[in-house]
Amino acid sequence: MPDSTFLDSTELVLNMGPQHPSTHGVLRVILKLDGEKVLGTECVIGYLHRGVEKIAENRTYAQFNPYVDRMDYVAAVSNGLGYCLAIEKLLNVEAPPRAQAVRVILTELNRIASHLLWLGTHALDIGAITPVFYCLREREEALKIFEKYCGARLTTHAFRIGGLLYETYDGFEQEVRTFCDMFLPKVDEYEELLTNNRIWVGRLKNVGILNADECKEYGVTGPVLRASGVKWDLRKAQPYSGYEKYDFEIPTRRNGDTYDRYMVRMEEMRQAVRIMRQAVDGLPEGAIMGKVGKVIKPAMGEAYVSIEAPKGELGYYVVSDNSTQPYRVRVRPPSFVNLQALDRMVRGGLVADVVAVIGTLDIVLGEIDR
Amino acid sequence: MADEQKPGGSEAPPPGKGEAAEQPKKPAADAAAKPAPPKPAAPAAPKPPPVMAATPWESDLARELKERFGDLVRETSTYLGQNFVVVKPEAAIPVLEYLKLDGDFDYLVDVTAVDWPKRAERFDLVYIVYSFSRNERMRVKTFIADGFRPETAVGVHLTANWLEREVFDMFGIEFAGHPDMRRILLPEEWQGYPLRKDYSIIQQDQAWVQANLNIESGQ
Repeated sequence: MPDSTFLDSTELVLNMGPQHPSTHGVLRVILKLDGEKVLGTECVIGYLHRGVEKIAENRTYAQFNPYVDRMDYVAAVSNGLGYCLAIEKLLNVEAPPRAQAVRVILTELNRIASHLLWLGTHALDIGAITPVFYCLREREEALKIFEKYCGARLTTHAFRIGGLLYETYDGFEQEVRTFCDMFLPKVDEYEELLTNNRIWVGRLKNVGILNADECKEYGVTGPVLRASGVKWDLRKAQPYSGYEKYDFEIPTRRNGDTYDRYMVRMEEMRQAVRIMRQAVDGLPEGAIMGKVGKVIKPAMGEAYVSIEAPKGELGYYVVSDNSTQPYRVRVRPPSFVNLQALDRMVRGGLVADVVAVIGTLDIVLGEIDR
Repeated sequence: MADEQKPGGSEAPPPGKGEAAEQPKKPAADAAAKPAPPKPAAPAAPKPPPVMAATPWESDLARELKERFGDLVRETSTYLGQNFVVVKPEAAIPVLEYLKLDGDFDYLVDVTAVDWPKRAERFDLVYIVYSFSRNERMRVKTFIADGFRPETAVGVHLTANWLEREVFDMFGIEFAGHPDMRRILLPEEWQGYPLRKDYSIIQQDQAWVQANLNIESGQ
């Protein structure tokens, strides 16, 4: 960093957040600026820290299940799926096929809901006000299905260790199909508003570039990684919950800029619909709960299980000491790891682009701070 | 109480295999323990300490690691289909580097720790790595004593920066050579390390709470 520039302007330190609408929660970014240019950033996090991993050690396996919904609260179903799969791995049981299919449907629906909230707020940050209304309108339909299924819209606690607690409600399949039919044209509608919009393209193209090698260095996963050209998705690489049965594409792009990340997520919503349609068409009959005792007490051991959450790789590293409470639950949050790359993405860019890049990382502070 | 908690069948190196085979017979051990409830000390002795029923991990990579690092690799095991190696603390970073450069494990998924207060080497330090080209995941584990300063992994994987800061924040494990060894989630002046087992769930840094939040207690 030069001590003085040509015009002898001094370095300005600007505090962005924690109460800034475009930081999507309580993220505080300390920006070092030279005029409009970003010389460096520092993230200050932890405002939402609740000690989730400590709580886990003081609850039984089943009692901790609802807590995971409060991490990435816009994708609570994914959090629950990851946790249930991790404990099922420790117990060496598998959910029955019907439970797996219902899990896939709800998780993909949740992926759409999460991406819609991202799209709406991201566009709002950039200055396009219209999309957020459309996105929230469609998201509402998805949340209604969650509400009908398990009584909650956001912190769903939809799954249980070993399978599902609730059978699907009457007309569930039909409502999912209706949602799919309704939703696909809507994605085209959003794209019509944004994809070729000159302001949108101007604000996003070549902004916050992260190439494939940098992504791997920083451990960045999810749509951010795929936008830089790495065709990697845990649903394909290490399928879980029966994802190997469904036919879908992993969308990728090459530049790794903000625009590509937008395009990847748009396509992911279409692919999610595709998976949901197959799952609902082939929904098997049968039990919804696997052979899990009333008291969950895994043998001494440990396991790491991860899933492709809407934001990237969400992992649970669980250690059991053969008691009814987990000895240690470590959550590997995608947002936390992805946020670390923020500095690399905005350094040397303009201060206005910081907002675009934070938006495109799709972070949720509940998950970062835990 | 006598259950010296030991993950990975670590301390006694080779017998881990033998114990692993006996481990599933837990009901028998329980039955043997039951008849004598009045004497609390007696039943503890015959019951073997619970260990993870891990089996040896046979693969080219495991062999390569053993050849290359010799005694520094304490154990190569697999449990529930997940592979891990236990290495001596000084070998953790060289092993990660070797895995990255020669094994193509180019993605450091996570760094975390587990606290076993009764053990002499109190902490498990766990690195989870993944290889895109092999589509394979493994864990590198090392056992360290309280106060030991392990080498940082930032030189090998940039992503270790925040992950190690979180380990420091929650466990008080300081990484030597880390570029920015500060707390990350808790306030910098906070006293204590919450994820240690001797830190109670209702424990707080009362002085900090009173000074900064203007309330008597956070409870």
